[in-house]
Amino acid sequence: MQRLHSVEPRPGDPAITPALIAEHGLTVDEFDKLLAMLGREPTFTELGIVSALWSEHCSYKHSRPLLRTLPTDAPYVLQGPGENAGVISIGDGLAIAFKIESHNHPSAVEPYQGAATGVGGILRDVFTMGARPIAMLNSLRFGSLDSARVRYLFAGVVKGIGDYGNCVGIPTVAGEVAFDPSYEGNPLVNAMCVGLLHENELIRAVAQGVGNPIIAVGARTGRDGINGASFASEDLSAESEAKRPRVQVGDPFTEKLLLEASLELIRSGAIVAIQDMGAAGLTSSSAEMAARGDVGVTIDVTKVPVREEGMTPYEILLSESQERMLVVAKQGRENEVTAILEKWDLTAAVIGEVIAEPVYRVTEGDRVVAEFPGIRLVTDCPVYTPEAYESAEVVRLRAIDVSQVAELPEERDPLWTLKELLSSPTIAAKTWVHRQYDTTVRTNTVIGPGGDAAVVRIRGTERALAMKTDCNGRYVYLDPRVGAQIAVCEAARNVACTGGRPMAITNNLNFGNPKRPEVYFQLREAVRGMGEACRALGTPVTGGNVSLYNENPTGAVYPTPVVGMVGLIDSIAHITRSHFQEEHDVIVLLGEPDRNIGGSEYLSRIHGMVAGPPPACDLDGERALIDALVEAIQGGVVRSAHDCSDGGLAVALAECCIMDRGAQRGATVDLKHWRELPARALLFGEAQGRVVISTNMPDTVLSIAKNHGVPGRIIGQVGALDAPLHITTVANELSAPLAKLDEAYHEAIPRIMSRAAVVSP
Amino acid sequence: MRFGIVTFPGSNCDYDAYQAVVETIGEEAVYLWHKDHDLKQSDVIILPGGFSYGDYLRAGAIARFSPVMQDVIAFAKRGGPVLAICNGFQIACEAGLLPGALLRNASLKYICEFVRIRVESNDTTFTNRYAVGDIMRVPIAHGDGRYTADDETLNRLEGDGRVVFRYAGGPADADEWWSPNGAMRAIAGIVNETGNVLGMMPHPERAVDSLLGSDDGLRVFESMLARIGV
Repeated sequence: MQRLHSVEPRPGDPAITPALIAEHGLTVDEFDKLLAMLGREPTFTELGIVSALWSEHCSYKHSRPLLRTLPTDAPYVLQGPGENAGVISIGDGLAIAFKIESHNHPSAVEPYQGAATGVGGILRDVFTMGARPIAMLNSLRFGSLDSARVRYLFAGVVKGIGDYGNCVGIPTVAGEVAFDPSYEGNPLVNAMCVGLLHENELIRAVAQGVGNPIIAVGARTGRDGINGASFASEDLSAESEAKRPRVQVGDPFTEKLLLEASLELIRSGAIVAIQDMGAAGLTSSSAEMAARGDVGVTIDVTKVPVREEGMTPYEILLSESQERMLVVAKQGRENEVTAILEKWDLTAAVIGEVIAEPVYRVTEGDRVVAEFPGIRLVTDCPVYTPEAYESAEVVRLRAIDVSQVAELPEERDPLWTLKELLSSPTIAAKTWVHRQYDTTVRTNTVIGPGGDAAVVRIRGTERALAMKTDCNGRYVYLDPRVGAQIAVCEAARNVACTGGRPMAITNNLNFGNPKRPEVYFQLREAVRGMGEACRALGTPVTGGNVSLYNENPTGAVYPTPVVGMVGLIDSIAHITRSHFQEEHDVIVLLGEPDRNIGGSEYLSRIHGMVAGPPPACDLDGERALIDALVEAIQGGVVRSAHDCSDGGLAVALAECCIMDRGAQRGATVDLKHWRELPARALLFGEAQGRVVISTNMPDTVLSIAKNHGVPGRIIGQVGALDAPLHITTVANELSAPLAKLDEAYHEAIPRIMSRAAVVSP
Repeated sequence: MRFGIVTFPGSNCDYDAYQAVVETIGEEAVYLWHKDHDLKQSDVIILPGGFSYGDYLRAGAIARFSPVMQDVIAFAKRGGPVLAICNGFQIACEAGLLPGALLRNASLKYICEFVRIRVESNDTTFTNRYAVGDIMRVPIAHGDGRYTADDETLNRLEGDGRVVFRYAGGPADADEWWSPNGAMRAIAGIVNETGNVLGMMPHPERAVDSLLGSDDGLRVFESMLARIGV
C-alpha cells in the first residue's frame, strides 16, 4: 500500500469532533471508512474534501446502483454517462453533446441566482466537451401560484434563467413548467443544454500525462458557495434560509468569455482535459479528472487566483465560485493556454501537476494539507441500497375508484370544464415565461417554446434537431414505474410530433430523502420504468443528474424524473408544427381514448383530487405510434401533429386551434364513435399514446397507422380562421368561440402574475 | 463589398449578422476585434447585438471607449455606413453617433418576440428596397429598448424624416402606434443627420429566412448592397 505523508493539522484548524463530523454530513460509518482509508485522523481540510465528494450531490451514493441498470448504448452513442455531458453522433462528422442538471436547493432560497447559476453550470458541462451550446431547455416545478411566495420564486427563477442565457447568447427554446402544491417550498429548477461539435473535437475530462500542468482558468476563487454540494444533499428546512450565502452568484459575461476561450483552447490542441469547477469546485474537478485518468495529482492552493486575502485551503478547495475551469495542459504549451485566456481577458494560473505517484495531494506552499491514496477518494465512496417499500397512502390513493367522483353542477357545460383546464397554470400558455428568454439568437430556431418540441436546424446540413423535456410528477407519485415510463414516452412523442426520430435522453431524477423507504421505493421503481421505456424506444440514457432531499417541512415533492429527449429530423422539409394549418384538413386521432381519469389534470383542477391509477403505458404501442408518426411525416402527409397529454383530447384539440395567436383556426369534431365512454373520460381523460394529426391525405395516414398496428380514426375537420371549436360526444356538445378559449389559455398566467409577489420571506 | 462586424467580448449576434451577410446577399464579411484599431477596409460596419462588456453598468457605456469604437466613430464621421442593431444601437447612442438613449423596457422585463414594425422612411441607405408603410415582421430581444429623447430631439427626428422604423399595431391593427418596450413615439429605428448611421432595436439579421419565421429583414441588406455595392 502507498505510504502517505503524515499530514499535520494546520494551525487554526478546528479539532475533529463528532459534532464537526456530523456538521459535514458524514455518518459514523462513513467517517470510519475515511479513517481506514487514511490510516489516521483526517485534517479539517481533508474532512471538507471528503464531505463534498461523498455528498449525495457529487457521489450519487444512493442512486448509483440503480443508475447502472439504465441502458446506455446505441451505435451512435459516442459518450455515455460519467462525463461532463453525453455525446451522440448525428452523421456527417457532427455530434451533439447534451445534459440536464438541477439547481433546486439554491433556487428555493435565492431563486434568481440559483436558477442563473444552474444555467451557467450546465452550459459549462456542454462546452467542456468541445461543443458550442446551441440551445437551452428547462424543466420547472413550483407550488401553487396562489401563494405570493411561489410567485416570487417563479418570477425570480424565470428572470434568472433569462438573464443568464440571454447574455451568453444561447437561445432558450423549450421546456415545461408545472404547478402543484407538492412543490411548495421546494421548487425544481432543471436546466438542459444541447451543444454541437465536430466528432474529432470531442474532448474528455481525463487527466493524463505525468508532468502535465494543471491550470485554473476563468474567474478568481472567492468565498461564495462554500459547501454548496453538501447543502444540496440535505432536506430543505426553516434553517435553509440561513444558508443563502452558500448560493453562488453568477456572471454570465464572464461565462461568455470562458465559453469562447474554452472552445479556442480545445481547438488549439494545447490541452488534454478540461472540466468545470462546479459542485465542490476545485476539489471535485481535480479528483474526478484524476480518477478518470487513474493518475495522481498535486495542487498548491497558494497558486490559485483568489478574490480575497486570507482564504484557507479548506475555503479555496470547496468554494463554488462560478465561471471557473480546471484544465490539464500539455507540458510546454502553458504559454499558448495563457495567451488564449489573455485574449479573452481571463486569468490562467498553473496550480499543480499530474504526478506518477498515486496520490491526491493538496499543499499550501510546502506544507501538505491533504493527502489521499490514489483514486480511492472517489472510488471508496460508500454506496447505499436502503430499505424500500411503497407508501400505504399512495396504495390507498391509487385504489380509489375515481370514476365514482360526482360531477360538479358546472360540469354540465363541458365548455366550463374545458376553460377551467385551459386556464390551469400547468396547461395554460407559458408565453409570460418564454417572452423573457431570447429564443431566436443564433438564427437557427425553427420551432421555439410552445410547440410539442423545439426544433433547431443544423446549419450547413439538411437536418434539424428536435428536443423536449417532460415529466408528469403526479403520475409518478401515483405509480412510479408507470409514471417514469410515461415521462420517456411523452418526450419521445413530442419529438416525433415535430418529425424527429427520438435518439437519446438525459435524465434528472428529482426525489425526496432516499433514507425514507417510501422515497427510495419511488426512486427504484421510477428508474426501473425509465429503463424499460428507454429500451423499448431505443433511446439510451447518456447522462444526467440526481437531485435528492427535495423535501420541505410538509414532506417530499412529487417524485419527478425529468426526461430530456433529443431527436433528429432528417430533412428540414419534414419539420411539423402542433397547430392546425389549413381549412378543410381532416383531423385524425392516432391511439385510443379509454375510461380512466386517474391522475388527470381534470381530477386535480376540477375536483382537487390526486388519486386513481395514472394512465396505462403500453410501451410497444408507443413505439409503434412513434414509428407510424415519423413515417407519415416523412411521407409528407401530415400537416400538423400534437401530442395529447395534460387535460386530454379536448385540451389537445383546443390547443391545436388557439396555440398560434397569429392564425387561430376552428374545428368540428365528432367523438360519437366512443359511445361506451363517459364523456368526461373521452374529453379530459389522459390516455397515453395519442396524437392529434391534421392532414389532407387521411387515407394514407390511416393506412400507415394500420401497418404499424396503431389505431387511427378520422374525428373531424379543421375550420376557418377564428371559426369556433365544436366537439360532439354521445352525451353532450361543446361549442366554443375561440376568443373564449384564447382568453382562458393565453391570459391565465399573465393575470395571476399581475398580482403582487412577496419579495422577501 | 465588405461588411466589418465588430466583436465585443460580449457580442452574441455577431455570428447572426455574419451569416445574414454571407448567406443572403453573398457578400464578404469579416469580424473586427474590439481591441484592434483595424476596420480591415470594410465598406460597411455592423455593430451587432449582445452585451458588449457585460453591460452591468449601462448598456454600451463601456463599449464606446473601446479601441475599435474610436475607429468606428471616425469612420461614421467620414460618412461611412454603420448599421447598429440592438446592443449596437445602445452603443451608437452612448458614443454620440445617434441622439437619445435606450432605457430599461417599460415592463422592466426582457422581451423576446416577433413584432411588427412599419417602414417610415425608405430614403436611406438601409431601407431603399422597402416602400414607406411596409410592415415587417421581425424579432426583438432586449431588456433596454425603450427609446427616449427630449421633445425637441423627437420633433427634429420626425421633422427630418429620420424615424426609419416604428413599432406597428398589435396582431390585427397596423395603424395604431404601439411599442412593446414603451419607446417614445413607438420609435424602433432612427438614422443620424447625415443618414449614414442607422440604429434599430429589432433584429433584421434574424429575419432573413422564412423557415425561421420571417424574411422581412432581408431587404435591409439588399438596400445596403444596392446603395453601396462595389
